[in-house]
Amino acid sequence: MLIVWELVCRLFHIREFILPAPSVIAKSLVEFRRPILEHSWWTLVTTLFGFALAIVGGVLLGVALGFSTLVYRGLYPLLVGFNAIPKVALVPILVLWFGIGAVPVVVTSFIISFFPIVVNVATGIATMEPELADVLRSLGASKLDVLRKAGLPRAMPYLFASLKIAITLAFVGSVLAETIGGNAGLGFLMVTAAARFDVALVFAGLIAVAVMAVGLFVICVLVERRMVRWAFRGELVM
Amino acid sequence: MIMNELSSSAIESPAFVELRDVSLSYGEDADSILALDNLSLTVGKGQFIAVVGPSGCGKSTLMKVVTGLVLPSRGTVKVGGEAVTGPIKNVGMAFQNATLLPWRTIRDNVLLPFEIIRPHRHKLRAERTYYVGLVQRLLITVGLAGFSEKYSWQLSGGMQQRANLCRAIVHQPSLLMLDEPFASLDAFTREELWFVMQQLWMDRKFTAILVTHDLREAVLLADRVIVFSQRPGRIVYETDVVLPRPRTLETTYLPLFTDLVHDLREKIRPGPPS
Repeated sequence: MLIVWELVCRLFHIREFILPAPSVIAKSLVEFRRPILEHSWWTLVTTLFGFALAIVGGVLLGVALGFSTLVYRGLYPLLVGFNAIPKVALVPILVLWFGIGAVPVVVTSFIISFFPIVVNVATGIATMEPELADVLRSLGASKLDVLRKAGLPRAMPYLFASLKIAITLAFVGSVLAETIGGNAGLGFLMVTAAARFDVALVFAGLIAVAVMAVGLFVICVLVERRMVRWAFRGELVM
Repeated sequence: MIMNELSSSAIESPAFVELRDVSLSYGEDADSILALDNLSLTVGKGQFIAVVGPSGCGKSTLMKVVTGLVLPSRGTVKVGGEAVTGPIKNVGMAFQNATLLPWRTIRDNVLLPFEIIRPHRHKLRAERTYYVGLVQRLLITVGLAGFSEKYSWQLSGGMQQRANLCRAIVHQPSLLMLDEPFASLDAFTREELWFVMQQLWMDRKFTAILVTHDLREAVLLADRVIVFSQRPGRIVYETDVVLPRPRTLETTYLPLFTDLVHDLREKIRPGPPS
């Protein structure tokens, strides 16, 4: 595919600020490796911050939703409504509140990756077999015991499945926020480069984002395999 | 001789489970469904009772009422002489669906009751070898000796159901509730498990209530078979099963056995079309 790309660019003399050839992008990657690395590091840190917050908040809220029908009925419609808001629209507000910098980036990354975690954890807990709950309750288990012994372990595969989605979304959130309200990070780098018509550098930034997102996705998959091996019934799938 | 001993014990044993005029309806006023209607039932200590009836006759509701998972709308339930006001303790339950925890090995699944019941839950850590020993011995008696380190999903349905039975009785409950535990098994496995169940019961002498659709199963395992009517559940018939134990596959071909099954079948009629 890269070869086709390269050939198309050369044969049709496509100008560099429309679509740079892979070789040009590669050159740009090497040339600007220091700023790319620095901004990548910044994006990685903010994304992971947002992602970590999303895991903590998502698991807590997911458990509350799955545990109590009252919380579920009260909060679920709100959550769905909130999730329906395009997050791009929120970034300017966040910038207004927190100023330009890392905070709106972390917050955007958090709110965008938070939702799938909540829904999955809640589903995992709420879909527990009623017979299993009966068995436990007839042994004298409290609601907390049922949650600890059956609900939480049961929700783990759901959690890890959602993490794979959430980590990708977390990158979407942070890069998005950086393009609007950042003063560092790959999103910021790409906007600045685009303003200078340095499209090769924009693509180089894209590649850096993709590499990090795929890398973290793979880490999530590996953690999942380790933690919930039982859920795959011995057959490992991506 | 065994026959006499058994029939006399069935009559004289003190009541362990007592239901008096129990009714239960689900839902609110106009939409409410009457699941149990004025039910009175006594189960002696150490007795094995089977409840049969057409589907949707409130048999499973009966299970919940006896164990206190659901409180009756009217009437009283007593277990072991005490009125049931909430989920009672020291019960074992097994359902059609084995509901083993897939993230635990078979051994850890059977160990689960000890992690919940007081005082075991506080002693488990210190005396783990003792409890694991209990579990291992029980697994051996049901033919799961080599499977304790396996996960439930690595086992066949019959094996899973054996483990499920183990989990239901490992803590020496005084009452065992069985809700069609063999219903999803093939005929041969099911028969095999009847005898596993019988052996466990003869060894431990807990009180057992078995809900089933299978009349042969009911007659083979129980001291007394109770026939429920179409919803709302009422007792329409009951009969003592005076067959010597241990009952074997041969027992199921005895005229007395087939007569009993035949007799019970006559009593179960589909309800009026509604």
